[in-house]
Amino acid sequence: MPENTVKMKKNDAATAAEEPTAVGPTVAEAGPAPEKPRSLGADAWADLIRRPLFLISAVLIVFLLVMAAFPSLFSSTDPTAGDLSNHFLDKPKLGSLFQPDWFGYDAQGRSIYSRVVYGARVSIMVGVGVTLLTTVFGGLLGMLAGYFGGFWDTALSRITDVFFGIPFILGAMVVLNAFTDRTVWTVIGALAFLGWTTIARVMRGAVITAKHADYVVAAKALGAGTGRILRKHVLPNAIAPVIVVATIQLGVVIVAESTLSYLGLGLGTNDVSWGADISDAVKSIRNAPHILFFPAGMLSLTVLAFIMLGDAVREALDPKLR
Amino acid sequence: MTLLDKTDSVPSPRGAGDDGTPLLEVRDLHVEFHTRDGVAKAVNGVNYTVDAGETLAVLGESGSGKSVTAQAIMGILDMPPGKISKGEILFRGQDMLKMSGEERRKMRGAKMAMIFQDALSSLNPVLSVGYQLGEMFRVHQGMSKKEAKAKAIELMDRVRIPAAAARVGDYPHQFSGGMRQRIMIAMALALEPDLIIADEPTTALDVTVQAQVMDLLAELQREFNMGLILITHDLGVVADVADKIAVMYAGRIVETAPVRELYKRPAHPYTKGLLESIPRLDQKGQELYAIKGLPPNLTRIPTGCAFNPRCAQAQDVCRTDVPPLLQVTERDGGELAGRGSACHFWKETIHG
Repeated sequence: MPENTVKMKKNDAATAAEEPTAVGPTVAEAGPAPEKPRSLGADAWADLIRRPLFLISAVLIVFLLVMAAFPSLFSSTDPTAGDLSNHFLDKPKLGSLFQPDWFGYDAQGRSIYSRVVYGARVSIMVGVGVTLLTTVFGGLLGMLAGYFGGFWDTALSRITDVFFGIPFILGAMVVLNAFTDRTVWTVIGALAFLGWTTIARVMRGAVITAKHADYVVAAKALGAGTGRILRKHVLPNAIAPVIVVATIQLGVVIVAESTLSYLGLGLGTNDVSWGADISDAVKSIRNAPHILFFPAGMLSLTVLAFIMLGDAVREALDPKLR
Repeated sequence: MTLLDKTDSVPSPRGAGDDGTPLLEVRDLHVEFHTRDGVAKAVNGVNYTVDAGETLAVLGESGSGKSVTAQAIMGILDMPPGKISKGEILFRGQDMLKMSGEERRKMRGAKMAMIFQDALSSLNPVLSVGYQLGEMFRVHQGMSKKEAKAKAIELMDRVRIPAAAARVGDYPHQFSGGMRQRIMIAMALALEPDLIIADEPTTALDVTVQAQVMDLLAELQREFNMGLILITHDLGVVADVADKIAVMYAGRIVETAPVRELYKRPAHPYTKGLLESIPRLDQKGQELYAIKGLPPNLTRIPTGCAFNPRCAQAQDVCRTDVPPLLQVTERDGGELAGRGSACHFWKETIHG
C-alpha cells in the first residue's frame, strides 16, 4: 500500500512539473505556435523554457507547491505525533524512502521527514502571501505615485523612506511581539506591512520611465483615457522589473519567516515550521546534527529555487541581456 | 459621450465650412513654460487657420515653438510646467481651451489626430499593431474585439501594408521604419478625423521612404478632405505637399505665404536665409550659406524683432520695436493674397 502511494506521488509531481503555469511568472500562453508572432511575454516564455536554471527552479517550486498543498501525499505520519520510543540519537535510515524514519526522529520522537513535509506549507504560504500582498499594494502605490507625480508622489515617497529605514527583521520582531497568539496571517501581515517599499520604489521608477514614452503621449493624442493608458500602456511596460524583484523577494521573505520562528516570534508551537524546527534542533546539534540538517536543507533549497527563478526571469525579460 | 453622439448623428459639414468658419483657427496663442531658469516663452502670439482639405506647413528650427503649438491644439501639453497664458483655439468655431478635459479627450482621435515623428517609440512595444489600431474603434466606438480586428486589417490595407491580414498580429519591432510610420498614419486616420497634425512625420525615415510616406499622407488627406498641419524643418518635404506655409521663429510666425510664392520671393530675411542655406547642385564648390548665430534662448528673447541679432539687415528700429505680421504687397501696392511678413523691411527683402 505505501508503495502504491509513493508511485502516485511521483506521477503527480511529474505531471505538475509538466504544466508549470501555476508558478510561471509570465502571463504568456504556453506553447507558442512557431508561425505566430510572439508578444514580449511569449518571447520571454520561449526564452525561459530553454534555460536549465529556470527548468530546475520551476520543477523544484512545483514540487514544493504540491507538498505545501497536499502534504498527506508525501507523508502519512502526523508531524505532531511524538513517540519517545523513537529515539533521536538513532541515525536517519536513508534507505527507507518516504517512510517516517527516513530522516530520523527529533528529540520528542516526531518524524523529521513528516515535519519537513508539513513545514513547507507555512514557508510557502508566508512567501507567496507576503509577495502577493506587497506586489499588489506596493505596486499600486508606486504606479499612482509615479504616474500622477506632484503632491502624492512626494507624500508616498516620504512614507516609503520612513518604512525603508526600519530594519526588516527588527521591525517584524517589534510588530509580532505585540501579538500573543500568532497565526500564519499575523506573520504575513507583519512582513507585508514592512516589505512593500522595495516594490513600490521599483514600480514608481518603471512607471516614470514608461509615462514619458512617446507611445503614451501618442495614445493620449488619439483619445485614450487615464485608466486605459495606465492599464494598457504604462503597466505592461513597467511590470517586468516588478516581477523580478517580487520573485527574489519571495526567497527573502521565507528566510525572514524562519528567522522569526527561530527567534520564537513566528508561529506558535502547535504549527509546524522549518524555522521553529531549526530552533529546536540547535539544542541537540552536537549529538544529532541531522535534526538540524533536514529542515535547514529544505529551507535553503526553497530559497535557492525562488532566487534562481528570479534570476532566470530577469534575464529573460531584460532585452539587453539577449 | 454627448459630444460624440451629437456630431456623429449630424453629417459633419466637410468642405470649406458653409458658414465661412475655418476648420481650425488659432488666435493669439501664448504658451510659456515655468522652469528653474525663469519663464520660457515658447509661443508668443501665434495666429493661423486651416480649412478642410487644406495643408498648412509650419516651418521652423528646433525650439521655434512649432511642436508646442501643435501640442496645445491637441491638448497634450504637459501642464505644468507648460501653461497657455493667452489665446484661443477654435475648432469649427468652438474654443477648445474652454472645454472640459473629458470633452477634449473625446475629440482627440475622433475629430483631430496626430502623427508623431518616431513611429517606433510611438507604438507600444508590448501590444500588437492590430490591437493598437483596433483600440481606436474600441475606445471611441465601443466595437467588439472581432470587429475592431477586421477594421484594423482594413486600415492596414488602406495604408498599403502588404499582407495586412497576416501581419495584423505582429508587433511594432517586426516592421520596418516606413511600415511603422504607415501604421501611425493608419491609427491617426482610423476614425476619419477632420484635422490631422503631423509632427515631422518623415524625419526619422530615409529619403526614398520619406517620399512614399508623404505621398500616402497627401493622398489620404485628399480622399478624406481633411485639414492637415504639417510640422517640419525640411523645406524639401513642404514644397510638394503644402498649400500654404507659416514660418516660425522664437514662438512667433514671421512669414506666411502660399507655398510657391514663398520659394519664389521670400519676404522675411529669416526665410530668405533658410532658402539660401539649401544645398544646390549649381553651387558646387562654393561655400554653403548658413544663418549666423543660434536661435535665441526662450527665457531671454531679444527685444524688438527676435531675429535682429542674426539679421544682416537689422537697423535700430529692429532692436526696439516688435514688427507685427504686415500685409505684403506688390511693388505697385496690389495686395498679395495670404502673404504676410513680420519684418520692418519686408519691402526691401521681397523687392530687393
